[in-house]
Amino acid sequence: MSLEEKVKDIIVEKLGVEPDKVVPEARFIEDLGADSLDTVELVMAFEDEFNVEIPDEDAQEITTVKSAIDYLSKKIQSAE
Amino acid sequence: MDLKDKVAVVTGSTRGIGLAIARELAERGARVVLSGRNAERLQEVVEQFQKQAWTALAVQADVSQPEQAAQLIQKTLDKWGAVHILVNNAGITRDTLLLRMRDEDWDAVLNTNLKGAFHCTRAVARPMMKQRYGRIINISSVVGLIGNAGQANYAASKGGLIAFTKSVARELASRNITCNAVAPGYIETDMTEVLDEKVKQALLGQIPLGRLGNGKDVAHLVAFLASDLAAYITGQVINVDGGMVML
Ligand SMILES: NC(=O)c1ccc[n+]([C@@H]2O[C@H](COP(=O)([O-])OP(=O)(O)OC[C@H]3O[C@@H](n4cnc5c(N)ncnc54)[C@H](OP(=O)(O)O)[C@@H]3O)[C@@H](O)[C@H]2O)c1
Repeated sequence: MSLEEKVKDIIVEKLGVEPDKVVPEARFIEDLGADSLDTVELVMAFEDEFNVEIPDEDAQEITTVKSAIDYLSKKIQSAE
Repeated sequence: MDLKDKVAVVTGSTRGIGLAIARELAERGARVVLSGRNAERLQEVVEQFQKQAWTALAVQADVSQPEQAAQLIQKTLDKWGAVHILVNNAGITRDTLLLRMRDEDWDAVLNTNLKGAFHCTRAVARPMMKQRYGRIINISSVVGLIGNAGQANYAASKGGLIAFTKSVARELASRNITCNAVAPGYIETDMTEVLDEKVKQALLGQIPLGRLGNGKDVAHLVAFLASDLAAYITGQVINVDGGMVML
């Protein structure tokens, strides 16, 4: 599974939304109905899945599907 | 107040109020995680539970240490895959007048009574959020409400625990997790045994119901708060003190 697919899966599971709603520009809170606890859970799920640490400052910037994918790809590349 | 198959972690459950709480929860069908720092004492208690055919797990942990508190919760999850109830009961006193209070006295009390509760609550927050179910019960004290000469450190820790309780209640309410504080008055345990007879008599004079409390008096309320009957109660402080403090 590609990183993009994994990220989407996590979002679908954590937020309980339809997969077709999880488009790149979708915002977690405004478009996907997440609350502040959901966004924390999402970031923690990303950390577990990709074995990375996401500092709070970075986590605040992860607000859309695309920003999550971009951030995680960069993070994983720099770890390799 | 049926707690059948619920998993309950009770910190400081090898003596006194914590042990009374653990027994009460076990009697009502919960699977109980017993915990404390003293391994021998812990072993004795878990054997008592086994004799009663109660389901119990013993985990040695000093809650003032973040890794040990995290371990306590992790071992619970490894064993039973869930944690429904957390009772933050572990607590100590280091009584002395402010003028004579050393930094160590302050730190020891705050680190166990307040920070210990933070460590354990943080560790259960995620599994409870995932479960969409949780009951967190913090054992505070009436001293946290009204203060007490000679207990500035202890009173600060217990007052802090009340503010902590209310914040956690607000933060986690949307996930069906409740958080309440229980404030005992004077309960007969090792902690209060050290008080001298004169002090005890003076205290008795302030208790309308005319007796000191016992562990069971506190445990009954905890069992209620841990049960489904208390589903609509969160962020509250409830005294168990024979009427000593009425606010
Ligand atoms: N007794 C009262 O009148 C009264 C009144 C109001 C509130 N309370 C509160 O009720 C709670 C229980 O009091 P109690 O009277 O039952 O006290 P206790 O008889 O002295 O028992 C304290 C329990 O906590 C454990 N403990 C202490 N420090 C710990 C630590 N750092 N990590 C893990 N476990 C620890 C002890 O086991 P180990 O020593 O083996 O660790 C023991 O099991 C406390 O929070 C206390 O402040 C008591």
